[in-house]
Amino acid sequence: MSFVKTGAFRGLSSDSDDIKIDSSGNVAIVNGNIVNKNLIINGGMNVWQRSTSVSVSTDIYSTVDRWKTRVSGLGAFTISRSTDVPSAQGFGYSLKLDCTTADASPAAGDFLQIQQIIEGQNLQHLLKGTSNAKAITMSFWVKSNKTGTYIASLYDGDNTRRISKSYTIDSASTWEKKTITFPGDTSGTLDNDNGASLWVQWWLGAGSNFTSGTLATSWESNTSANAAVGIVNLADSTSNELYITGCQLEVGENASGFEFEPYETVLRKCQRYYIRYQGDAADDRFIAMALLNDNHTARAGITFPTTMRDIPTVGENHLEILRGNSGLTDVSYEALVDPATNGCFLQVAADSGTPFTTGQVAALRLDNATDSYLEIIAEL
Amino acid sequence: MIESVEKVIIDGDENKFCFKMVKDGKKYLVPNAPGNTDYQEIMRQVEAGTLTIADAE
Repeated sequence: MSFVKTGAFRGLSSDSDDIKIDSSGNVAIVNGNIVNKNLIINGGMNVWQRSTSVSVSTDIYSTVDRWKTRVSGLGAFTISRSTDVPSAQGFGYSLKLDCTTADASPAAGDFLQIQQIIEGQNLQHLLKGTSNAKAITMSFWVKSNKTGTYIASLYDGDNTRRISKSYTIDSASTWEKKTITFPGDTSGTLDNDNGASLWVQWWLGAGSNFTSGTLATSWESNTSANAAVGIVNLADSTSNELYITGCQLEVGENASGFEFEPYETVLRKCQRYYIRYQGDAADDRFIAMALLNDNHTARAGITFPTTMRDIPTVGENHLEILRGNSGLTDVSYEALVDPATNGCFLQVAADSGTPFTTGQVAALRLDNATDSYLEIIAEL
Repeated sequence: MIESVEKVIIDGDENKFCFKMVKDGKKYLVPNAPGNTDYQEIMRQVEAGTLTIADAE
């Protein structure tokens, strides 16, 4: 038997590698679309259930699904959905950070990040903590007027370990594709459960608590001072802005082409962590059928469109109960009854009076207002 | 920022409860579920002494 050993294949007309094979045998198809290879959810910035533009000066999930913006003492930003995307790459949106309050002198503990956290049970194939631990490659498109050194970091929260790599935005206001490979970590296995295990972090600025050491370019026990050494400060001017899209994290030493997925596939993945029923000014919106529990409370049975990561929190604004010909009653949250990962009873109470007749069936709805919502939250 | 948390007993069963939480001016119901990150944050702040859970009214 004979073998052909190679690290790459090219098409007859290609002047670059179309298929790459790394030293561990992981295959990356550069110009193809293998499903479920991207450990990042919503890396193409397609799903924005919460909002498409929010002012942020804290640590919060606020706009694009699965992405947490962490503005911790370092200026303030408008986070928004932008149609400014790299040309002819197939992306529809990017995440835009626009500095609205500058801070050119970060305090020691200040930092600015965007991050996504991944469940441990979705990372077992990385073989982390074993002698066969696999490398991971991050790729993304980024554009900013603020050129210079930025940091991408992986943080293993199960074992408090970190690795950070620097990259450079070379040309102002120009889309650039960045590829960063992190070696496998032979220490610290990731928990095989639905909890937070791996923090994928794009640092955009930091104070001395995170910059005063030596950059952790190999996996090490976490030392905060080694996390973001050498980073620029995106918050140092209100002229600064940064766009990012096409974020992918995959097994192996090579970056393959971005995994484009149908919108409904990305939405379903996002809804494992967050579901939003959004009101609008045009009309009321049905949520679920409800049973009038007594003379002032009702219980609505809500079935979630997908199984959530954990038993969720429920948030609401401007709910109402519709009782056939008996009219509308404004209601507010009261209790979460028998909550599970696939549904719950939401108990609501009339905002005033005792208008209900026990045992009647009614409908739980969102009031016809743009600030009406019901949200189901099981974020990491 | 969590502004207030109130424990809500369900159907008179002391073992069956959730929490009413006001956070950043918004209203939430948080389940009695250790894997829920809002539950975890409430317990972390209670342990740190920076948050007190009020009894149901």
